[in-house]
Amino acid sequence: MPDITREEVAHLADLARIDLSDAELDHLAPQLAVILDSIKSISEVAADDVPPTSHALPLTNVFREDVVRPGLTAEQALSGAPQVEQQRFSVPRILGEL
Amino acid sequence: MSDLTRRTAAELADALASGETTSVEVTSAHLDRIAGVDHDLHSFLHVDAEGAISAARESDARRSAGKPASALDGVPIAVKDILTTIGMPTTCGSRILEGWVPPYDATVVSRLKAAGLPILGKTNMDEFAMGSSTEHSAYGPTHNPWDLDRIPGGSGGGSAAAVSSFEAPLAIGTDTGGSIRQPGAVTGTVGVKPTFGGVSRYGLVALANSLDQAGPVARTILDAALLHEVIGGHDPLDSTSIDQPLPPLVEAAREGTRQGAARDLSGLRIGVVKELGGDGYQAGVRARFDESVQLLVDAGASVVEVSCPHFVHALAAYYLILPSEASSNLAKFDAMRYGLRVWPEGIESPSAEEVMRASRDAGFGDEVKRRIILGTYALSSGYYDAYYGQAQKVRTLISRDFDAAFEQADVLVSPTAPTTAFKIGEKVDDPVSMYLNDIATIPANLAGVPGLSLPSGLADEDGLPTGFQILAPAMADDRLYRVGAALEAMLIHAWGGPLLARAPELAQKESVR
Repeated sequence: MPDITREEVAHLADLARIDLSDAELDHLAPQLAVILDSIKSISEVAADDVPPTSHALPLTNVFREDVVRPGLTAEQALSGAPQVEQQRFSVPRILGEL
Repeated sequence: MSDLTRRTAAELADALASGETTSVEVTSAHLDRIAGVDHDLHSFLHVDAEGAISAARESDARRSAGKPASALDGVPIAVKDILTTIGMPTTCGSRILEGWVPPYDATVVSRLKAAGLPILGKTNMDEFAMGSSTEHSAYGPTHNPWDLDRIPGGSGGGSAAAVSSFEAPLAIGTDTGGSIRQPGAVTGTVGVKPTFGGVSRYGLVALANSLDQAGPVARTILDAALLHEVIGGHDPLDSTSIDQPLPPLVEAAREGTRQGAARDLSGLRIGVVKELGGDGYQAGVRARFDESVQLLVDAGASVVEVSCPHFVHALAAYYLILPSEASSNLAKFDAMRYGLRVWPEGIESPSAEEVMRASRDAGFGDEVKRRIILGTYALSSGYYDAYYGQAQKVRTLISRDFDAAFEQADVLVSPTAPTTAFKIGEKVDDPVSMYLNDIATIPANLAGVPGLSLPSGLADEDGLPTGFQILAPAMADDRLYRVGAALEAMLIHAWGGPLLARAPELAQKESVR
């Protein structure tokens, strides 16, 4: 399995929407390489016929009656918002420059 | 007043029921203790003195009217800062949620309130529960009451330190890979990770949702059982909550105490897990573990060595599954609806995505960034099958190991953590070495089975607490309490008193309240 490079870490941070500075990349990239090295044995453990487990206990779909229940008020839902406008979450522009 | 903080939750409940004391007195005594010692410990991120006293008054009114809400009505508690609380900040130890006050209570919190337990405040933790030392809290580390230069374990170091130092008789922790049990081991307290699905995760800010489980932190097995019965049981708001009644836990703890006092554990089959011990474990940890096993044998339990050959791969599987789930769960901290919003410097009219990147860089600490990036890697195309897919298969193999072991034994036992508390700063920038702290606790999370840690003594080489772990099959949490209480009774008899009586006195600041 390939080692993780500084460029790959920069790309992954980009995918995860985290702006890493050069100093952070210098610090984190070698640590991630060490972590990956310590867990790489995993690829040789399980045979093809072993089924994967996503949850410890079997999951079944859970339904409830479709009845009206009280929920959060708009004020409650907006109470932690960085910016509010007209009872809405106010966010930075989501489209390119107009 | 200090007398009240030294009592167990069960003793406090009795004193409240008999009218010997009031919840306002008990709650005030603990708030005074917090004011006196928390400057050295930093167990708490937020103390709600006003709210706790107000809840205590209501509890006293219920007691006076002869209508207590539960056995623990009026006994105060501390809550890990990863469970949402109306009117109290919930930061998860992260800058990204600094000052956030949730608009809803976690089910665990609403059950505590319904049972009448005044909430003293929110306890410190590794950021988003990622860590084994509480050093990854954005608000500074918690110190171990046994030695202030040492870590209290993690991620729930704040809850363990609070209970260990008599700031609170009870606390809530959460355990994803050992975050209740390992802090219990290194602070000389009791911690229980219930069966996955046994305690609601609603309002528990998710780290790894297939592994996270809230549970009790206490000084005795009985206290943990009393608290477990308050918070446990089915919750329709959590789709992974088990829709079955809890086994009788308090009854099991009381029966275990009787069996321990009578030295009668005949018929009990105990499995010592071969892979969770040996060379990687500190000599003093092994010595105290062996003595505890011998006590169980002397009381008539039969002991077999069991092998769980795939446990050696548990750590690797965990450090793929956890970051993968975490990278997905933490995507919601996007600076749009709540939490920190940072505008990037040098960009005119930044986009939402640029604000998101800057906010997540400023709001997350190193360990969170490491794990998000690792998870993003493990889930990316080309690596998914080799990493995440393999880890899920190993999870199956670990569950099969447990199934086979529980055919030979009623409970499995091991040391809880490989070492006693290490020095603050010693491992903070060496992630792989930090991860090894959870080597004995992680298999239970991967398989969803319940686990308990209780104090087994002090290591000869450093005089610090060691932990004894008990594991049981899913939904057999009662076995943890029965065996744990029996061993606890025998250890306390051997020591001539509880282990915490031997903890050093903390410098008490004059009460400022």
